[in-house]
Amino acid sequence: MLFQPAIIALLLASGVAVAMLAAAAPFAVQVIRQWDIASGSERQLQLERRTYLFSTLAAFVMTVQLIALLLFVFNADRMSVMFVGAMCAVGTLNVNAWGFPALIAQMAVFFLAATWLAVNHVDTRAPDYPLVRIKYALLLLLLPALAFAFGLQLKYFLGLKADVITSCCGSLFSGDAKGLAAEVAALKPAPAMLLFYGAIAVSAGLTFAHARTRRYGYAAAAASAGAFAATLVGVLSFVSLYIYEHPNHHCPFCILKPEYGHQGYWLYVPLFAATAAGLGVGALQPFRRVASLREVLPTVSRRLASIAAIGYLLVAMIATYFVLQSNLILIGH
Amino acid sequence: MNAWIEKQRHLIDFTLASLARRRTKNLGLLLVYALLVFVLASVALYTHALRQEAARVLERSPEVILQRMVAGRHDLIPPGYLERIGRIRGVQQIEGRLWGYYYDPVVKANYTFMAPAAEQVKAGTLVVGPAVARSRGLAPGNTISFRAYSGKLFAFTVAGVLPHASELVSADLVLMSEADFRAFFEYPAGHHTDIALSVANPLEVRTVAAKLAAALPDSRPILREEVLRTYASIFDWREGLMLALLSAAIFAFAILAWEKASGLSAEEKREIGILKAIGWETGDVIKMKLWEGGLISLTAFLLGFVAAYVQVFRFGAPLFEPVLKGWAVLYPRFELVPAIDGLQVATLFFFTVFPYMAAVLVPIWRAAITDPDSAMRS
Repeated sequence: MLFQPAIIALLLASGVAVAMLAAAAPFAVQVIRQWDIASGSERQLQLERRTYLFSTLAAFVMTVQLIALLLFVFNADRMSVMFVGAMCAVGTLNVNAWGFPALIAQMAVFFLAATWLAVNHVDTRAPDYPLVRIKYALLLLLLPALAFAFGLQLKYFLGLKADVITSCCGSLFSGDAKGLAAEVAALKPAPAMLLFYGAIAVSAGLTFAHARTRRYGYAAAAASAGAFAATLVGVLSFVSLYIYEHPNHHCPFCILKPEYGHQGYWLYVPLFAATAAGLGVGALQPFRRVASLREVLPTVSRRLASIAAIGYLLVAMIATYFVLQSNLILIGH
Repeated sequence: MNAWIEKQRHLIDFTLASLARRRTKNLGLLLVYALLVFVLASVALYTHALRQEAARVLERSPEVILQRMVAGRHDLIPPGYLERIGRIRGVQQIEGRLWGYYYDPVVKANYTFMAPAAEQVKAGTLVVGPAVARSRGLAPGNTISFRAYSGKLFAFTVAGVLPHASELVSADLVLMSEADFRAFFEYPAGHHTDIALSVANPLEVRTVAAKLAAALPDSRPILREEVLRTYASIFDWREGLMLALLSAAIFAFAILAWEKASGLSAEEKREIGILKAIGWETGDVIKMKLWEGGLISLTAFLLGFVAAYVQVFRFGAPLFEPVLKGWAVLYPRFELVPAIDGLQVATLFFFTVFPYMAAVLVPIWRAAITDPDSAMRS
């Protein structure tokens, strides 16, 4: 099934990204070994010039990865008509063993790319590029992650053959199935709501506090990761039920479908943006004592924290709206 | 935040002015870029519209069609089969259908002759599809004769022409009464071409099909969803194949973009030199150049996409129609319903803007690191 336009586009994006980072790798090694901002030598001048190229290149690659995640999910949902028994993205991703790993890898790449972009952003705003070594070391770490995600995608797409019977979301996320997803789905609505609103309140509070006081940076990042997980649990165990108005339909992908007015995007886009920003806050914290970043870093970190706080509040408001306007009654008065 | 927006606005202002200064060079690139988007977007829009059309057509078709196979070939349903199927839970209606193909040597085309189950057509009359009416110049009240495969001549009166709205399915259709149909083709009494079953609950379709296959092992059930899936994958495959073939064009375009971006004129070099001399940083020049690429991309994308939209939905995609639609003598004429699909726009964006931006990154950087003194001196 390689001759599927969106698949070609996704593979093109990941392939070019891996190639670009691979091309940047020797330079990254050189920077880590030979960078010396105090030196005025020819070599240092060369390195400084080249960092512009590779920073732009890496920023470009990371930005593309952010969009690629959206395209991946969108495409998985759309391809479900090709497979017997698949009704949404779950069915498509289940066609072979590589679907969900590919999605999770793409999500991991998304968050890694976002944190890298945050580090890159503060670094380019300081006059002496204090994080350049760390940035390129991270780039070297990102390269295998990206290559791995690309490999998983390739494996998944190559293994796709229309007509394989796949388990649809009804069997994977139904109450009596086994596995982690089913355990989560089986969580009762009331505790799930408590978890969801609690985690959102904590993360929004902490990110807001960080934006105001510059403290609790690590806590805010940890709370963001927690809120991400809690929101996914919340979607599985009550938000989706209210959207479908069906007490047993837990699928987190069907809410992306046009039948439900693409409502899922309203929830997922702020969630991913807020989590990326929250994690970015955490990624910046180790560098807050660097002399040349004293001015720049708190501003950027504060802005990221505000984005995260607003994002989580949006997520909570949108989820509440879905629950309130639904005709389903899950919790008796 | 405001300062940032302000800065970007000034950068855009400057970029636009500098683009306007080198109008011919940029116009050429824009034209080629827009043409590429146009070609790719035409393919994408047209296939999507076809897919939609196929889905719409099949919406009203029966959920399951049962064909009898003899030695792996499609054969007639003998009497008694309908009764043997009997009552299957979930099946709303079972109907034996009568249809066949007739080759008309006058227009060198195949018609589909059909006897509808509900007796709407009187004996001795025909209801014809729009394409048949067009090709033979028929109107209600006219008489037409066909020579049957047995050699006998049959004359019919045209009772009506099917509405244009249904043309995609009825272009080559000729409806007649059951008695006429059996006489014309010398169809054995009690036999049918195939059996159509309607199933109300989509979840039961596969179970019904399994029961049918068990009850009548010599027959094959064809499900509507299978037909739909096949259409969808055929159109996707055609689109993907076109895109893969066109990837050579994308590649060529990326090379062109690279060349254009690296072939800086002396004037441009001087401009960058002056900018850096008056205090622009390398990062600023890169930003300005990225804006340049972004603005060109956006303009070209919009131009190409709108042109493709007009071509496909206003003029019926004359450029790609034969490849994507398939071909037949009596091909239905149909108006495509305009439809834009978010996934396709996103895919298209990846196919055009992504290679362009990837190709111009290195030349942009090369231009941005020029030393001010060397640039101004040359």
